[in-house]
Amino acid sequence: MSVHNPTSHRFPENARKALGDETLQRGLASAKVGFRIRRSEAAARLPEFETLRDESRDIKNHTLAHIDLYLEAFEKRVVERGGHVHWAADAAEARDAVLTICRAAGAKTVTKGKSMISEEMGLNAFLEENGIEPVETDLGEYIIQLRHETPSHIIAPAFHVLKEQVIETFRKEHTHLDPDRVIEEARELQDEARQVLRERFLAADVGITGANFLIAETGSTVIVTNEGNGDLTQTLPRVHIVLASLEKVVPTLEDASTILRVLARSATGQEYTSYTTFSTGPRRGEDADGPQEFHVVLLDNGRTDLIGTEMQDVLRCIRCGACMNHCPVFGAIGGHAYGWVYPGPIGAVLSPALIGMEEAHHLPNASTFCGRCEEVCPMRIPLPKLMRHLREREFEKGISPATVRWGLAVWAWLAKRPALYRLATALPIRLMAMLAGRKGRFRRLPLAGGWTSQRDLTAPQGPTFQAMWDRKGGRRESSR
Amino acid sequence: MSKASRDAILNRLRSAARRGGDDTSARATVEGRLKAHARGTIPARGKLDRKGLIDLFTEQATAVDATVARVSALDEVPAAVADYLRGENLPTGLRMAPDLKLDACAWDKAPMLDISYGKARPEDQVTVTGAFAGIAESGTLMLLSGPESPTTLNFLPDTHIVVLRASEMVGAYEDAWDRLRTTGRMPRTVNFVTGPSRSGDIEQTLHLGAHGPRRLHVVLVEDDG
Repeated sequence: MSVHNPTSHRFPENARKALGDETLQRGLASAKVGFRIRRSEAAARLPEFETLRDESRDIKNHTLAHIDLYLEAFEKRVVERGGHVHWAADAAEARDAVLTICRAAGAKTVTKGKSMISEEMGLNAFLEENGIEPVETDLGEYIIQLRHETPSHIIAPAFHVLKEQVIETFRKEHTHLDPDRVIEEARELQDEARQVLRERFLAADVGITGANFLIAETGSTVIVTNEGNGDLTQTLPRVHIVLASLEKVVPTLEDASTILRVLARSATGQEYTSYTTFSTGPRRGEDADGPQEFHVVLLDNGRTDLIGTEMQDVLRCIRCGACMNHCPVFGAIGGHAYGWVYPGPIGAVLSPALIGMEEAHHLPNASTFCGRCEEVCPMRIPLPKLMRHLREREFEKGISPATVRWGLAVWAWLAKRPALYRLATALPIRLMAMLAGRKGRFRRLPLAGGWTSQRDLTAPQGPTFQAMWDRKGGRRESSR
Repeated sequence: MSKASRDAILNRLRSAARRGGDDTSARATVEGRLKAHARGTIPARGKLDRKGLIDLFTEQATAVDATVARVSALDEVPAAVADYLRGENLPTGLRMAPDLKLDACAWDKAPMLDISYGKARPEDQVTVTGAFAGIAESGTLMLLSGPESPTTLNFLPDTHIVVLRASEMVGAYEDAWDRLRTTGRMPRTVNFVTGPSRSGDIEQTLHLGAHGPRRLHVVLVEDDG
């Protein structure tokens, strides 16, 4: 179930269903505002925040321009420290690399820190098929793993799940615990998960984490968590596997420190996450704990095709989730409707690039171009511009829906005939203004029920823009 | 398999970067950058004298639910730890890092504490470790793995007590990295710890003690600053 067979091609239906899902709507309404307030307060507390955003963008741009060299440097350091780097062109190759390591370690259970790359790989289902039990340890990931769901938000995977649903799930799945126990509050649920997962941490043979950064200077991998689950995952078992995509690399510890200053603030509004951990190679000879093996699986999965293209900017993303927290479309439909690993504005840009336009061409249209995502993106990714590129590509490839293509063709035909265009716009506008009467708005419109079911349509008032323009004397007078 | 993919990926990246056959200057740029350790903008809030840093650290750490006790000598650490445990109604068994700095605290002055040494075991409720640095900017502790400081001590117990000396306090993360570089070693694990463990994954309401410690207590020793 947790494998991500994309349903992005069904986005319009997915979105419609999400709008009608009362449980989801209840969750979304309560959840989305907190993130926004906390981010804006955190940004206000740090006068250097905007400068740090510029610097973070520049660090990634520099790195992407030299990414082959930084990856080589990273690999060299990892190997020097006694670790291993496995390069994987696609998800299948990455899955095989993980399985080979797990088999060699004789692994039965694998604990996992939160990793979006693991979602991209469909790793959990694959491990299960091969007789290895994956255990998600991030509280949100654990909840949705028990519920056989996929994450609906990149930093709050159980964003869509209500507390009552968690209670129901824990009662159903934790059958070894007293059925008469009291679990009503989030606090009690968290304690129960802590108790259940503690045993899993201690028994695991392999620990798998993601990576927020790879440091070329030292060969370190970096994770940030609030729960400490990533650290137990990577410290207790004999083998630590890191899953990372190529673009996670940055040059130095200083570069990572700069970007870390904008990461937590943009994501949860924290000054710094509770735990930021730099891991370099396996345990040293004298160490009393830590893994004996250290592996980094480096996944491409379509990213090399973006380097040097108009889409390259998306590779600056540090997966903070700010774009989706501030997106009116995400706020209305949640994450699952997007149909693949990455929801919200970043998903609308990344998914077509990684899983193809045929599958994901709807997503760049799921935007009002209000621009909030670009405003809050710590890495200053021009998300609306990239969505516009993708819309153009959708049209050029001829995969836009027939109605859109037909509509655009009619409009283009008219627009090339100014006299006709003026007539064709002036008449309906006058008619609508007349029909709307004194209320100035339509409650319902024939053929536009989808629009008016959610809101009123304001009726046009007065003549067309061109008519007003002419009346004012046109371009020449106003430009003076 | 991995080797073929490695070469294919690197070749594609190289040709996309459009540097042509000669990448001598690009290599020099990268080598230079890796050695320079150039800093970005350091927030002004951390540019303070030692006393200012200690106050800022205390304020920031407290804001994220850590507790801080200030003592004036290493000798006073055992009593401060015992006081804390009593105040929180916690057991007196301590699992401690075999750390030289901690050895210098006169633990025999607090005979009620039951101390053992080594990595954390599942049953250990309270651990005590040293810190490599305190970072005032965000009230963060920098902890290094090593024979004297097993990483499990930072994550397995319910309560984690950290002994930090004033001379170990710096303003920014970059200052701490520079200090680490002077030791000439990069340990397996560098943990930056900012407050106790927490999660907001159930309906975005925050609760402490998700998987790591529920309590983080810092004993700050102002003897050498």
